[in-house]
Amino acid sequence: MQSLSNRKKVLEQKPMNFWERMYLPAIAKGLSITIKHFFKKIPTVKYPEQVRPYSKNFRGQHSLKRDEEGRERCTACGLCALSCPAEAITMTAAERTKEEKHLYREEKYAAVYEINMLRCIFCGICEEACPKEAIYLDGPHVTAEYLRKDFIYGKDKLVEPKFDITKLNQING
Amino acid sequence: MEAAFILEKLILVVIVFTVTLVIAMYSTLAERKIAGFMQDRYGPDRAGIFGLLQPLCDGGKFFFKEEIIPAGAHKQLFILGPVIAIVTACISSAVIPWGQQLTIGDRVINLQVASGINIGVLYIFGVIALGVYGIMLGGWASNNKFSLMGAIRAASQSISYEIGMGLSLIALLMVTGTLQLEDIVAQQSGFVNWNIWVQPLGFLIFITCAFAECNRVPFDLPECETELIGGYHTEYSSMKLGLYMFSEYINMFVSSALMAALYFGGYNFPFMYDLGLSENWITIIGTLVFFLKIFGFIFFFMWIRWTLPRFRYDQLMNLGWKILIPLAIANIVLTGVITLVKDTYFQ
Repeated sequence: MQSLSNRKKVLEQKPMNFWERMYLPAIAKGLSITIKHFFKKIPTVKYPEQVRPYSKNFRGQHSLKRDEEGRERCTACGLCALSCPAEAITMTAAERTKEEKHLYREEKYAAVYEINMLRCIFCGICEEACPKEAIYLDGPHVTAEYLRKDFIYGKDKLVEPKFDITKLNQING
Repeated sequence: MEAAFILEKLILVVIVFTVTLVIAMYSTLAERKIAGFMQDRYGPDRAGIFGLLQPLCDGGKFFFKEEIIPAGAHKQLFILGPVIAIVTACISSAVIPWGQQLTIGDRVINLQVASGINIGVLYIFGVIALGVYGIMLGGWASNNKFSLMGAIRAASQSISYEIGMGLSLIALLMVTGTLQLEDIVAQQSGFVNWNIWVQPLGFLIFITCAFAECNRVPFDLPECETELIGGYHTEYSSMKLGLYMFSEYINMFVSSALMAALYFGGYNFPFMYDLGLSENWITIIGTLVFFLKIFGFIFFFMWIRWTLPRFRYDQLMNLGWKILIPLAIANIVLTGVITLVKDTYFQ
């Protein structure tokens, strides 16, 4: 059959010459290649002891942020859930009482806030959608679990731990 | 006198056995490490520092695995197979001269278990030939056609390559004029007297046959561990499988020692008598040098393993019967002619 592109090359299989049939030069060549690799630098990162530096805009596990007084910023507006392309976020809103003023920043807050980490695609659109700067994907990798239900992270895992802002200022001088 | 002699030999036997087993044990680790480095990775390094406890873990795992003897197997022979394999692998190290003589007080200790045996080379060949029985019995007693086929492959490969090995050694024996291993090694004192300079072709044939005898890549058809079910030890589990694998590593160690002794001067090292060392120090350094050579050969075995692909079965037989044996015979003739010419004209 005539070739359409005219780029076809017919390879001719020549009989091996004496040196090629000896097989030994080929072995020597192969050995030299493997010994070169023996002394090569190994690119392996020994993971648990040695962590590769993350990129600055790495998106890991979500964290629900607090304001400078340690109150939760989230007001349960539901924009994150609405914007989520994977529909991973669900929440239940509740109204803040007077005694809870030191806990929540706005009058409405999320009583339940759950992210299904199996659904989440870590796109960061919730982060963009949030008007209160309450959610950021600044955590580590989401780790493996044995059961599906354990991948649904509630507020206990998502809300960032409290810290005393005055002490932070002291440390910074 | 007699009791002291027996005690001395007993201690030597225990040391040689321990060293052989430890080296075989750590060969498994070295193999995986070398494989790793040649493939740009680390190999096992989690158990202990540099993975040094890995062989112990593997051994422990072998002991605790379930031991299965197939219902149709011939039970006695099934157990006898690995036993023969490991025993023959271990006893072949008896005639290898590990070093010269140590003088402690007025006692002269020979660093060779069976010293003064004038059929050393023959003994090794006999024992290696016996090693085939372990594989053959194991494969046959499993009552499994794949095991049997693996065993037949292993046996025919061993037997064919034994001929080439023996013929290549005959040329060496024509040069040395003795079958006694300690004499062969003693003749090679210094560096220029090593037999490799006299018998390069013989050495090439010998090392090729040694690869085949040890069932190592590129001649590991009896096992094909990377793609087939395992050859003659398909039905084996637990420590019996461990013994088979262990005997292979011991065989590798012994054949490395044999090659170092026959062709690379054994315990001899360059300028050994010019450094002004005492006799005992020469012996100790010589033994260390011998082991260094052995490790070099073991490394070479592994280096080849991670470089070359496996031969096809017909290629294996072609190489053995049509190339190595004629080459070995030509080597014998050539050696004979050269020896004759040298003796007649260059006395």
